[in-house]
Amino acid sequence: MNAVLRRAAINWLPAYAALYILFLYGPVLLLPLFSVNDSATPTLPFAGFTWKWYEQLWGNREMINAAWNSVRVGLAAAILSTVLGICGARAVTRYRFAGKRAMSGLIMAPLVLPEIIVAISLLLVLLAFGMSLSLVTVTLGHVLICLPYSMVVLMSGFEGFDRSLEEASADLGETAFGTFRRVTLPMVAPAILASLLVSFTISFDEFIVAFFLSGTDPTLPIYIWGQLRFASRLPAVLALGTIMLIGSFLLVTIAELLRRRAVARTKTDGGLFV
Amino acid sequence: MSDRPMIEVRDVTRSYGNFKALDNASLTIREGEFFSLLGPSGCGKTTLLRMIAGFDTPTNGAILIDGQKMAGIPANRRPTNMVFQSYAIFPHLNVEQNVGYGLKRLRLEKAEEKRRVDEALAQVELGGLGRRGAGELSGGQRQRVALARALVMRPKVLLLDEPLSALDKKLREQMQVELRHLQQSVGITFVLVTHDQYEALAMSDRIAVMFGGRIAQVDTPKQVYQRPVNRQVADFLGGMNFVRARIVGEAEGHIVVDTPGFGQVRAERPRQFAPSNGSATLGIRPERLRVLWDEETAKHQVSGTVVDRHYFGEITHLVVEIPGFEAPLSVTETNNFGADDIPVGAPIRLAYDPDALVAMAD
Repeated sequence: MNAVLRRAAINWLPAYAALYILFLYGPVLLLPLFSVNDSATPTLPFAGFTWKWYEQLWGNREMINAAWNSVRVGLAAAILSTVLGICGARAVTRYRFAGKRAMSGLIMAPLVLPEIIVAISLLLVLLAFGMSLSLVTVTLGHVLICLPYSMVVLMSGFEGFDRSLEEASADLGETAFGTFRRVTLPMVAPAILASLLVSFTISFDEFIVAFFLSGTDPTLPIYIWGQLRFASRLPAVLALGTIMLIGSFLLVTIAELLRRRAVARTKTDGGLFV
Repeated sequence: MSDRPMIEVRDVTRSYGNFKALDNASLTIREGEFFSLLGPSGCGKTTLLRMIAGFDTPTNGAILIDGQKMAGIPANRRPTNMVFQSYAIFPHLNVEQNVGYGLKRLRLEKAEEKRRVDEALAQVELGGLGRRGAGELSGGQRQRVALARALVMRPKVLLLDEPLSALDKKLREQMQVELRHLQQSVGITFVLVTHDQYEALAMSDRIAVMFGGRIAQVDTPKQVYQRPVNRQVADFLGGMNFVRARIVGEAEGHIVVDTPGFGQVRAERPRQFAPSNGSATLGIRPERLRVLWDEETAKHQVSGTVVDRHYFGEITHLVVEIPGFEAPLSVTETNNFGADDIPVGAPIRLAYDPDALVAMAD
């Protein structure tokens, strides 16, 4: 009986896994399909192939503005969260201090905090400080969201960074700045770049925080959300969504490759495991 | 080697809170000397090395290199270079770039820089491997790159922090010989940190034996092995039989002690010696006791019974009970006369040289 069950499980598990993947990614894959469908509504069967929804996008000033806003917010949030992440990751991987676990835990917390709670809290605080909502407030909110991702990427780059490498550089006559430039930076550069890419990607398509904290300038996700009210604009949104999907996928892939390279680089086992 | 001091450590203490990693240590290392700091982990040997290199600062006391006080001089401006325990090979650079790392700051001509890198690589027998990536090196090769990278700077002092501990036994023994030859050919002062007494004995001109932040003895390998100043040093450097002895006489530089088995022995007066309760410890290394076969006799001998035997291939380790001794004697005997066949329980006679008996402070 048991053997029968086990065989059934062995036969069915791959099918289950395939179905699971299909449910997970199927809807996402429909997006690019409908974005080239020559019909104003996303329904089957396909009416024919067209690039016209993409062509419409180019002429859309509002969309271009929103995209430009998102790029600016994304760049600022990426740089800020990476700079903060470098400080935090270096502290956590290098030094021992009181409250270290609590600190790294709290930095990671936004990963699991409900974003809407974070967004509302930030809104209340910013208003209490009398700050007017703008792309600046969106950026600040995004730094909070991006920081845990930056930390994870940077920590894996910094971990295993043998401190004696910096000492060896000093020992060979190099100054502190020279050591940073010739040893530290080249070794952690891939991790820093990866952190920038990941933060940018997250900020670029973040909706909830941006929705609460933006003023009159919409970011791209907010613009898309606004467009959804008009059925006729749906195909163009699908086209835009497809571009964002491919862009995000590329950036995150590059980031992961860089992160792995950083990990491989900092490995300096002194012949013990060679 | 000259008598000129290259490194002077004067009353150096390094405290971390209440803990003293190094406690009032003083020593002088001569120019061109191969000097080892030997001791168990936590004895302060690495702390001392790091203070010479400039990675750590004495809480008290002074360190001089080539007559110059090192206080306030950072690691990058000291005439020392270090071979790190982990080797610290820059993983993003190839062998050539690693070795040439320090030369870049000297702004030499390209050809001169290349010549010095090649020379250093040849010195450590890595010629032709310049283009190898750091990740493609074996443990032994990494060690050589670290060595070349330091030597190429032509330091006054080369510091080595347990450089052989990551290598397997065979390679380690080969590198010991090579390092010794290298040091003799370049003539640079080498300071080696190690916890391996054989390594220190095999390579050094002199050894400082350290325990708990203090320097117990500074001497030649032969002296620290044969004339340890106390039981701790004797123990750390290898097996030693200890016998409690009564002091029956004292003379200039000597003491006369009496033991049940060895009788009255005139021994060199130990340097760390406080004749308080009229007793001392007498020690003899296991290999300085020799088994007497058949009718053979010796001027100085003790007799007893074999109570245990351990076979180690080229030697056999015998445990011999001597009437009147509180502990049995350990004897190591080479196996060319059949020591491995002596049965447990057999009576045995052991010859010894009274000069091999060393009086120690407890």
